[in-house]
Amino acid sequence: MWPQMPIPPTWSAIDQGMNHTSSIIRWRVLSWAVVVLLTVAATSRAADNRASLAAVDRQSQVKIVKIYGAGGPRGLEAYQSGFLITSDGYVLTAWSYVLDTDDVAVVLDDGRRFSGKLIGADPLTEVAVLKIDAGADPLPHFDLAQSPEADVGACVLALSNLFSIAAGNEPSSILHGVVSAVAPLEARHGAFSANYRGDVYIVDAVINNPGSAGGALTDQQGRLLGMLGKELRGESTGTWLNYALPVAAFRNAADAMIAGRFAPKELTEAERPDKPLTLGALGIVLVPDVVPRTPPYVDRIVPDSPAAKAGLRPDDLVVTFDTQVVTSCQHVTKLLERYEQDAVIHVAVLRDGSMLEFTLQAAKTAERAKE
Amino acid sequence: MTRVMPPQIAAARRALLLASVLTVVAFGPNGRIIAADAANSKVPSDAVLAAQADRVATAERISRPTLSIFDSKGQGGGSGVVISADGYAITNFHVTAPCGPAMKCGLSDGRLVDAVLVGLDLGGDVALIKLLGDGTFPTAELGDSDAARAGDWVFVAGNPFLLADDFRPSISYGIISGVHRYQYPSGTLLEYTDCLQTDAAVNPGNSGGPLFNADGQLIGINGRCSFEKRGRVNVGVGYAVSINQIKRFLSQLRSGRLVDHGALGATVSSNADHRVVVDDILEDSDVYRRGLRYGDELVSFANREISTANGLKNVLGTYPEGWRVPITYRRDGKHYEQIVRLAAAHREGELAALMESGPEKPGRDEHHPGRPDDKQPPKEEQAPPDKPESKQHAKKPAELPAEVAKYYEPRTGYANYWFNRYHQERVWNNFLARGDFAHTPWNWTIRAKTDANEDVEIQLAKDQGSIVMPSGKSLAAFSTSLGDSLSPPRSGGLLATLHLWQRLLVVGPRKSGDVYYFGTLPLPGQSEPADCLVGLSGGVETRFYFDPTEGDLVGIEMQATDDQDPCEIYFSDIRPEDGRRLPHHWLVRHGDETFADLKITGFEWHVAANADPADVERN
Repeated sequence: MWPQMPIPPTWSAIDQGMNHTSSIIRWRVLSWAVVVLLTVAATSRAADNRASLAAVDRQSQVKIVKIYGAGGPRGLEAYQSGFLITSDGYVLTAWSYVLDTDDVAVVLDDGRRFSGKLIGADPLTEVAVLKIDAGADPLPHFDLAQSPEADVGACVLALSNLFSIAAGNEPSSILHGVVSAVAPLEARHGAFSANYRGDVYIVDAVINNPGSAGGALTDQQGRLLGMLGKELRGESTGTWLNYALPVAAFRNAADAMIAGRFAPKELTEAERPDKPLTLGALGIVLVPDVVPRTPPYVDRIVPDSPAAKAGLRPDDLVVTFDTQVVTSCQHVTKLLERYEQDAVIHVAVLRDGSMLEFTLQAAKTAERAKE
Repeated sequence: MTRVMPPQIAAARRALLLASVLTVVAFGPNGRIIAADAANSKVPSDAVLAAQADRVATAERISRPTLSIFDSKGQGGGSGVVISADGYAITNFHVTAPCGPAMKCGLSDGRLVDAVLVGLDLGGDVALIKLLGDGTFPTAELGDSDAARAGDWVFVAGNPFLLADDFRPSISYGIISGVHRYQYPSGTLLEYTDCLQTDAAVNPGNSGGPLFNADGQLIGINGRCSFEKRGRVNVGVGYAVSINQIKRFLSQLRSGRLVDHGALGATVSSNADHRVVVDDILEDSDVYRRGLRYGDELVSFANREISTANGLKNVLGTYPEGWRVPITYRRDGKHYEQIVRLAAAHREGELAALMESGPEKPGRDEHHPGRPDDKQPPKEEQAPPDKPESKQHAKKPAELPAEVAKYYEPRTGYANYWFNRYHQERVWNNFLARGDFAHTPWNWTIRAKTDANEDVEIQLAKDQGSIVMPSGKSLAAFSTSLGDSLSPPRSGGLLATLHLWQRLLVVGPRKSGDVYYFGTLPLPGQSEPADCLVGLSGGVETRFYFDPTEGDLVGIEMQATDDQDPCEIYFSDIRPEDGRRLPHHWLVRHGDETFADLKITGFEWHVAANADPADVERN
């Protein structure tokens, strides 16, 4: 009776907590509904398939910015996207390692380059607000207060500087798609879960590429629907997700940041791993943590430990853990708490002026003596 | 926010109910909201049906010229598109590279035909091939890629993952994501300048296939994708070589040569104040002779405003060697406009060496979706899945399919010399059809008047020539080294140029040293690009330009050395004289100056008293 649709692997990531049979039934039903919706949406979109979206693109591109900041080693692109949300230069973007520097550059669509000042960041939604000082002339911007919500089947556009294709006054890229589902995000970033568990737009186009984070999802009239999120994998399947945070998820936080009264919520204990990873389990001893921002130099490596086997050495300066740039010994310790004990960790260190990368995994059961 | 996913399984039934009554809202064009009840959605509006029918018709139309390309054993693969009814088709160099000179092409009507390599643009990753066999082929209409804008709807056609056993192409639909994109080359090859970026799916096997606009016109050749951690599949970022770039290279590709891109002879960098200034310039370049100097601000190139250093690379890469382009530059607040001639981007022999080594490996994030790695050879094939290496490019004609061997002639520096020979003969026979100069004696007297109505007399003999002008008399001896005697002064070598012209007319191109067909090039004063034969003799390079329809010789350029401007003669008022068509108006130019503007009043030729009869025999 219903079309036999396979379970889309990407979508099944948001299928947590359902038993298998029921999820199949549900997926068949939903797939059928989605097929109907997509068919109608696709044909209505095609009602004039020569009507270019060029005007909508231009109207939105002037609000999109290219952001350059920290990064560099493999897998750590030093760029992302953002968009203007006020006429006086507030920019919404994704909270990521790219912003973890005093030198964040924001390039407008017209090619003007400004220094971006971090106004605030919400660790829950991983949204950040930057401020640029572009002078007295009002800037074109999206209005968070006037953003509609989109239903499944809505035709959407994603604007971002993915792969850093554009530079200077070259326009960012525009991709088109359809909202396939509106569903809770159950995803992980590297080894730890994404903090945000609320609804997101799942889109049928690849809208979360390197550099896409912080870009805009709009409807075909150019009205803002959400912010393209960081690259995340579905928790259950490990497949890459194509999603955007709805404006409703970050509107209040962004307003509060602009008003200077934002107080981020602390993460709850429930979101921490049961058995967090420790430096001891990896066999790394950092230099004594004497000042608030002690650089995370390796003091010594425990013989036969995972770190020793991987080739880490004393005097290595730890630069990144997975895709996170680390700034201090404290930062390393805090980051490790987010990983399960047996997580596979990619570490980049600076040794004799070269960036070297290592992959570490602590043994699952072995309880190593605490150093 | 509407939650379409009920949180409980018990809701499955409800979802079922929901789905059947759900009101679907979708945005139509012009912001109109189209609401349709799912129960009634079997009857979409007429506009929707008409648009769908239109799109289906376009998909059908663009399928016909789209090719599936395999090597001559029927393995590997990519895509291509037919652009002329006699079977010329475009694809990527990195698709043909593993095939060598022979490939098999599947058409959407199920035919599988042999095809032969014609010409290659290694730098731009473009190959021209020709389908062999009888009959005509469905062709794609060429569009204007400069008219494409981000947001336009586009179609991609091709054979991704080699899915089409019956050669009916797969169609994907999307929008232009960006225009005038620059993608860095791999080494010096496969540079994508001024290319189109699309989110229509481009996957392994789509390489070389067409990108069409919403009207079904060909606007690009898909050849590159950004891939990343998701593997070798589409992530919404494909790049296509623009058709406007390919149009400029097309006649040169037809010549069977390894065609080269243009080089300006100067590099630029962007200043802090957003000015693009010359930071290096070659003193033997045309652009230097046209006045550009270190520190000048480059304002425009080929009528495109240049605002970044990459912006120049982007436009420059779309022009072939030999092309003349207008530039504007600024010095001390004053604008200068000039036409500059682009030199070759590669040294002589460099392209031939690069072709032997094949396309280099693309960078980490950039891939050419040429040959699906995961596809097994067709089941009916027993051959092991070893890919033919590009080294086999120079394989002997004996190994080629018989049909292909007839149209293939290997020669260093050429993709397929057969086509160069064909065009040499076509151009020359076209010229001869208007009057044959064979058996014309070597001693010519040409009388003319300048634009100031002063008398000029030119004497040409086999080994020497003279010109008497109001400014005086000049002589030249025609030795094996014509560049030694570039008289009269400030002409760039008018007498030597006339000697080469006479030599071409009397003995024909075969006896005029090394000659090859270049392709067509725009020529001042000509509405259509002119066919160009290049002759290398007497130590100089001479370009002979022929009217592509009339066949008349309309221009000659003789360049003695790279660091000098050529002597240019533009012929017009071409009419019969004594049974042969001769030009009665000559405009002689050198550098930025007109050397002479001559109205011819009389041609005479006579056999010298001591002439060897063999001299007048044309072979």
